[in-house]
Amino acid sequence: MPDTAPAEAVATASPTAEPVLSVRNLSVSFPGRRGVLKALDDISFDLAPGEILGMVGESGAGKSMTGLAVQRLLEPPGHISGGEVHLLGARIDQLPESQMERLRGKQIGAIFQDPLTSLNPLFTVGHQIAETIRVHLGASRREAMDQARDLLRRVGIPSPDERVNHYPHQFSGGMRQRVVIALALAAQPRLIIADEPTTALDVSIQAQIMSLLRRLCDETGVAMLLVTHDMGVIAQTADRIAVMYAGRLIELAPVQEVLRQPRHPYTRGLIGAIPALRKRVPRLTQIDGSMPRLDAIPPGCAFNPRCPDAGPRCRVDRPELTATPTGIVACWMNAGGVT
Amino acid sequence: MKQALVVRNLSRVFDVSAPLLNRIIERKPRTLLRAVDDISFSVPLGGCLSLVGESGCGKSTVARLVTGLYRPSAGQIDFSLGDSGHRIQAHMIFQDPYASLNPRWRVRDIIAEPIRELGLRAGEAATRARVDELLGIVGLSPRDAEKFPHEFSGGQRQRISIARALAGEPKFLVCDEPTSALDVSVQAQILNLMRSLQDEFGLTYLFISHDLSVVRHMSDRIAVMYLGRIVEEADTEALFDHPLHPYTQLLLETIPDIEAPRPEVAPATGEVPSPLNPPPGCTFHPRCPQADDRCRAEVPQVLEAGEGRRVACHRVAEMLERNGIPALSA
Repeated sequence: MPDTAPAEAVATASPTAEPVLSVRNLSVSFPGRRGVLKALDDISFDLAPGEILGMVGESGAGKSMTGLAVQRLLEPPGHISGGEVHLLGARIDQLPESQMERLRGKQIGAIFQDPLTSLNPLFTVGHQIAETIRVHLGASRREAMDQARDLLRRVGIPSPDERVNHYPHQFSGGMRQRVVIALALAAQPRLIIADEPTTALDVSIQAQIMSLLRRLCDETGVAMLLVTHDMGVIAQTADRIAVMYAGRLIELAPVQEVLRQPRHPYTRGLIGAIPALRKRVPRLTQIDGSMPRLDAIPPGCAFNPRCPDAGPRCRVDRPELTATPTGIVACWMNAGGVT
Repeated sequence: MKQALVVRNLSRVFDVSAPLLNRIIERKPRTLLRAVDDISFSVPLGGCLSLVGESGCGKSTVARLVTGLYRPSAGQIDFSLGDSGHRIQAHMIFQDPYASLNPRWRVRDIIAEPIRELGLRAGEAATRARVDELLGIVGLSPRDAEKFPHEFSGGQRQRISIARALAGEPKFLVCDEPTSALDVSVQAQILNLMRSLQDEFGLTYLFISHDLSVVRHMSDRIAVMYLGRIVEEADTEALFDHPLHPYTQLLLETIPDIEAPRPEVAPATGEVPSPLNPPPGCTFHPRCPQADDRCRAEVPQVLEAGEGRRVACHRVAEMLERNGIPALSA
């Protein structure tokens, strides 16, 4: 039986490299009229250089919230109520807003679901990319424009010399998302937070964008937190999977391990619920019920009312994250059976 | 096999021209968008045909044509006669369960509307009993009838939509992306429900989706659409085992497969062209790795490729001829 491991045991992809991002016991709270809602509850993980960590879960599980909290873009009254966030070894969760602003764009690039909201419709894409380069890297106008052209070429936009002078509305959805990726890369960040980067795109375009992101991470060593509800996208692109449920991290392990042998019953359900491409089954595995609202999280394990394996202890004690041979999981069933 | 629905040479053209005055001043011609271009298909009684394709391929327009929300520009849509001697009625389940339910109505009234409108139950007591029964069928409780839509989650709302669609006692349901707004675990609940309803009530489905894994799970037969045309139609297993059309092959290659991730595969390049200005010849030729001069000039006809398959591709036709399989023009 593996020992109960506190957050320090959070597995990194390569223990030798210093993590780009290190999140420890992060909690996010929303004070409201009927008490405080915990949108994120004690999340810990590391991101190594060049690594893609895929974060999955249902809507409201807290996966986007994690990305926003790391960037300190939470909507008030939401705030970080506990834990620490370290970027390249320096603590950033208590930095004043002015310093945080310099980090965003420079060290942390962001890619959002809808490329139109990330681009200013009134400026050419070249202008927007060049501005980011000038502000964060201090290049001259001319150099910045040359770099913008180069970036557009690197993200696979045909004839970048012309396209640099085009406005966002002149690009298709897939090309626009490439522009957003170029913009996120403009200041050579060390971390990219991609929140559902392909959800608004068609499946053939999605494949192009994901392979582009994978290639950029491998080439530049930028680490990526990939937030998505699509297990298929993660299977194709990520190195490790973090599964979120009701604001809690419940499983974290290398992609192949999770797909081959999911340890948490919720992860098992999530994978079983995806219709298979290779064979047809009469019924999909279904997880009955739905995720609890944040003001009605049951005691013990948050998943226990929907869990097919839940025992008496699951309804009382909240499971700690426990080390498995390859990762960590928060489930009493994996901590040596229900007592 | 008896067909529930036969669609022949269906087309729908939208006029998306600039306003008249602009056209006169700027000397612009009318702009016509061929959303659906001469498609034919049929849905067997009790079966499920799926239309798949990327956004803008015209699949939702077909759903709206079949349910009568749009009038066809050309072609016929024929529903067969049901057991009662009346034509089979089609009802529709929409994609967005947040937009398709009236937020000011209680669930009871939402579900009872088709019953009252079609006069399916005599008297209010019978209608109430029927609403309670329908809620039970879709896995909700009769208590939920007094609530408003905002009190439900996305999956529960889609159950209400299904109950409302079933209230009209249809034999034919058109489902336009019924699960794409839902989380995957909830999607599994809804897909399982739809499958069991099909068995229980002998429903026929026309299923519209962009998600090939969902389509594979639901359908007996699949028609792949590209820019308003059907490029390939085949039985589900045949289509997944041997996709013939290069576009079908591209679609199957690009879906992420969690059982066998292939990160090393270089994804196909190119994007769907604008339907306002489709390329000449085969509309897929700019993205097709096998395209030649003929594909750039000549629109491929839909051919019967044996075993109930239909495919619209010059290269496939040539391949079939080389292999001695006569490809018949459909």
